[in-house]
Amino acid sequence: MMKTCEDISKQLIAYLDRRANSAERHEVEEHLAACSACHERAEDFRKLWGVLDEVPLVEPSLGFDARIRARIAEEPRRGWLGWLVPQPRLAFAMTLLLALSVWMANLPRESSVAGSEQDFEAIKDLGVLENYDVLSKFDALSEIPVDAAPADQQAQPVNPTSDQQPTTEE
Amino acid sequence: MEHAHTLQLYGTAGVRYNVEAMTRSDVQLMLDVKAGDEASFNLLLQKYRTPLVNFLYRMVRNRGTAEDLAQEVFLRVYRARKQYSPSAKFTTWLFRIATNLALNSLRDNRYRQMDVSIDAPVEEDVAPLQLPSRELRVDEKMIERDRSEFIRRAIATLPEKQRVAVLLHKYEEMDYGEIAKILECSESALKSLLFRAYETLRVQLAPLVSESVANRAREGRP
Repeated sequence: MMKTCEDISKQLIAYLDRRANSAERHEVEEHLAACSACHERAEDFRKLWGVLDEVPLVEPSLGFDARIRARIAEEPRRGWLGWLVPQPRLAFAMTLLLALSVWMANLPRESSVAGSEQDFEAIKDLGVLENYDVLSKFDALSEIPVDAAPADQQAQPVNPTSDQQPTTEE
Repeated sequence: MEHAHTLQLYGTAGVRYNVEAMTRSDVQLMLDVKAGDEASFNLLLQKYRTPLVNFLYRMVRNRGTAEDLAQEVFLRVYRARKQYSPSAKFTTWLFRIATNLALNSLRDNRYRQMDVSIDAPVEEDVAPLQLPSRELRVDEKMIERDRSEFIRRAIATLPEKQRVAVLLHKYEEMDYGEIAKILECSESALKSLLFRAYETLRVQLAPLVSESVANRAREGRP
């Protein structure tokens, strides 16, 4: 089946500049032989390319090379130090990170350590203190004289047996 | 020391560049530039300054702007030398930079003109378009110059993408794949683009096209 004018329009340029493959060439030639409008257009395109060739080349001005060389000479060049600091932004970020690490390492830690030790003391026996069976059978508690127990003993409020123990002795 | 060495190479490059540029491919030259060889950059400069200036002149229609843009293209190539990898043809890369710069310049110029005055004349190197007539002109050189200008202006009236396609196809003789990469379109779309561009030029330059037929007929050529 012969190609339409629209189909040929996509192949015509490649046919005229001899970059079409043999199958495309055959299709275009078949169409041009049958279509006078496309044949005339193809001829005009060939002539048009001849006309376009009439435009002469312009030469760059005499100072062209000198100007580009001067601009290249102005470009910053990297010395040996440049390899140590490949990117100014990266170098800045790394310096900032380092300073932050040093600052954090030097933060006063004593208060926080003391606080955490107190917390640990308060909770380390919590499991035992909450276990009623253990405390009720703990003989050592019964040996503590009632008068000897300090009034501000910390364990007393949380010990459910401390109130009962004297009663047992009685 | 390095600078002096470079200057010496620039000075003697005239003849040597032809031989060197032919024996070393553009990609090899660019890889040498990447490795720090500035003489190779000079070879590329000498090889492509004229095609680039002409391409840009046909794009922007102002010689001074064309030279400034060509300088910018070479400067960008130089600045990007360390990142260069030969993934595409050197000319594809070079003319892609040039195309982008030319299109940006045309757009900037349009905005600038809108800012100044809508009545201001378009800044170009040439007089208003007039079809030269062989009967009215005596000086052949002037006729030739007017004909060239007539053709240049016809090319300049093409839409930007069509103009780039014609310039790269007709004057740089690039293959379709390369032009399609520069214009970021498919080869099929490029062929349609070229067809439309040449069809427009055929109409615009009809007097010259038919004249060339008449001349051929007068000279007894087919």
